[in-house]
Amino acid sequence: MKSKKDKLTRRNFLKGAAAGTATLALPVGTSDASVWEAFFQKHFRELNKDEVADVIKRLEEEYKEKYKKDVKVKTTDAQPGVLFSYGLDLSRCIGCRRCVYACARENNQSRDPQIHWISVLRFEQGEKFVSNLEEADKYYYPEKVPEDGHFYMPIACQQCENPPCVKVCPTKATWKEPDGIVVVDYNWCIGCRFCMAACPYGARRFNWAAPQIAKEEVNPDTHYLGNRPRYKGVVEKCTFCIQRTRGNPGRYPACVEVCPVGARKFGNLLDPESEIRYCLEHKRVFRLKEELNTAPKFYYFFAT
Amino acid sequence: MFQLAKNFFVFLSQVTKGNKYYFAWIGFLSLLVLLGLITYIKQLDNGLIVTNMRDQVSWGFYISNFTYLVGVAAAAVLLVVPAYLYNFKPIKEIVLFGELLAVSAITMCILFVVIDMGRIDRLWHVMPFIGNMNFPSSLLAWDIIVLNGYLAINLTISFYALYKMANSKEYNLQIIKPLILLSIPWAVSIHTVTAFLYNGLASRPFWNASILAPRFLTSAFCAGPAIMIIIFQIIRKVSKIEIENKAIFKIAELVAYAIGINLFLLAAEFFKEFYSGSVHLAPMEYLYFGLHHHNNLVPWMWTAMIFNITAFLIFLRPQTRENLFTLNIGCVLVMTGIYIEKGMGLVIPGFIPGTLGEIYEYGPSFNEKMITIGVWAFGALIYTLLLKCAIPVYTGELRFYKPEGSVGNQ
Repeated sequence: MKSKKDKLTRRNFLKGAAAGTATLALPVGTSDASVWEAFFQKHFRELNKDEVADVIKRLEEEYKEKYKKDVKVKTTDAQPGVLFSYGLDLSRCIGCRRCVYACARENNQSRDPQIHWISVLRFEQGEKFVSNLEEADKYYYPEKVPEDGHFYMPIACQQCENPPCVKVCPTKATWKEPDGIVVVDYNWCIGCRFCMAACPYGARRFNWAAPQIAKEEVNPDTHYLGNRPRYKGVVEKCTFCIQRTRGNPGRYPACVEVCPVGARKFGNLLDPESEIRYCLEHKRVFRLKEELNTAPKFYYFFAT
Repeated sequence: MFQLAKNFFVFLSQVTKGNKYYFAWIGFLSLLVLLGLITYIKQLDNGLIVTNMRDQVSWGFYISNFTYLVGVAAAAVLLVVPAYLYNFKPIKEIVLFGELLAVSAITMCILFVVIDMGRIDRLWHVMPFIGNMNFPSSLLAWDIIVLNGYLAINLTISFYALYKMANSKEYNLQIIKPLILLSIPWAVSIHTVTAFLYNGLASRPFWNASILAPRFLTSAFCAGPAIMIIIFQIIRKVSKIEIENKAIFKIAELVAYAIGINLFLLAAEFFKEFYSGSVHLAPMEYLYFGLHHHNNLVPWMWTAMIFNITAFLIFLRPQTRENLFTLNIGCVLVMTGIYIEKGMGLVIPGFIPGTLGEIYEYGPSFNEKMITIGVWAFGALIYTLLLKCAIPVYTGELRFYKPEGSVGNQ
């Protein structure tokens, strides 16, 4: 592969960097049809049923070859009458970061380079938080948590009702689903990272290198718009564990399930009986950076 | 048709003629382009991890250079305005070189955006009609349209003029004037849209200030014409083209006003941020004084400040402005000053401190520098080749038809 590229380079360099590199980026001369199918794959929302089936088949074959196991890629649609929402009880969070690692395992985040969708911020009592996070510390490594005189605030995608990342994407590769989850089509994203500049919550991650996960650690239960293994050069983010939560009955997101202190709440905002509605009605909740009018569906509160 | 192709070939073949300095220059640029290309292949292979950009600072040196060059391209308009609207003859004669510079600068802009993409194989996703462009919502979609439009306009104007000249005909202003008039607001638009790209992000207070677009324009009108002044002197040195000092000094006068306004707008920004002292002060503090002992950009920003102020004084005084030696010093100072201020000085503080308060100090990696040099060399190469073709037409050395009594034409 290397030598082929070099040869192309020499032949092409006079034609100019643009032409030369465009040629290099394309899988010239390959006999493998799936490479071309991937190249010409349409935007996910423009595919018809048969085309979706073809794409899923191709992806499952690709993953099988790469990870030597059957990876299921679902395309479950949003359920009617559902708007997902999240609650986080700051008085309970102990900053253990179990959610961070459970999320990475569940959602097939790259282990090297390491990608985490959840950032846990540590504050000393009395430090500023909410609208100014300048005093936050993301890199804390104590022997034991919780530490005296500190509190913690985990932050992931806030699943805004008015998401600035969606507005700026030049290719419509990211959008808000009917159940309120902001998703990315990893096969359509061009990696311009405009969404990362636009996100006020530092929720988006870029695959700066080819993502790496050990074969035995790959979670085979995946969703096209969620935790299926990603590619080099595309953006990814929290999807409220779309592969789990979009089911009937659905499952809780991995972070909710793993939280040892029950600080994390999740449910349907449109269901008056849901736990999240209980929190909204009985606790004093707040959302991050309200001044930006992003209308997050992620609520923080203090239960005690 | 055949004749047209032949003429075009005659026109292009000019690039193969030149003295040893010309070939040394072309060779030097080609070498840099090649090195940049090799480094870029490494980046394609390994991903953007070979840069120093990370999630915290997700745009860096490439986008900084892109921003600066949009300004350079837009500044060609400054030459068009007096040349065509007020019929100021000395400038009118050289406006072509400004348009060709715009063509080269826009080409570099497009390259800088393309090398910054994570997935170049999906470039077609942003193309109108065949892709899925998020228009009008995404300012990046707007930018793609205005930049390519500007490239097309400038290519059309300059090639039409050259074609007519090569055929020993006066070019028909009737045909070209609407296009020239259109190029003026269009130049303003490429810069405004690029400013809005940053300006519209409420998550980044440093960019989310209304002064951004006006400052973009004024700083463009400082650096762009300064580059032109230098280039004009080189052109008249290496070719038979005569460019009057009068034209150069007129441009220098316009630069003086532009630097003055730019410094005033900077002062307004300084006052607002430091006097009100809100949390949005942090990026400015980072730039000029350092934030929590992070001060990578501080020496650069003060250098830019000193350069710009010195250049202002040079351009302001008629004695120093109309002395080629001091004028050139002023040009280099303002080009560098604006490059710092509007390149890294604009892009990086958008990300520092980050939206979650994190400070990630960014500086371009070796690979980023190599690729960037490669793109600049490519731009210089294009400009050199364009000039090489255009100059003989311009001086009358190259004509497809002899004006009268010519033999052998069919």
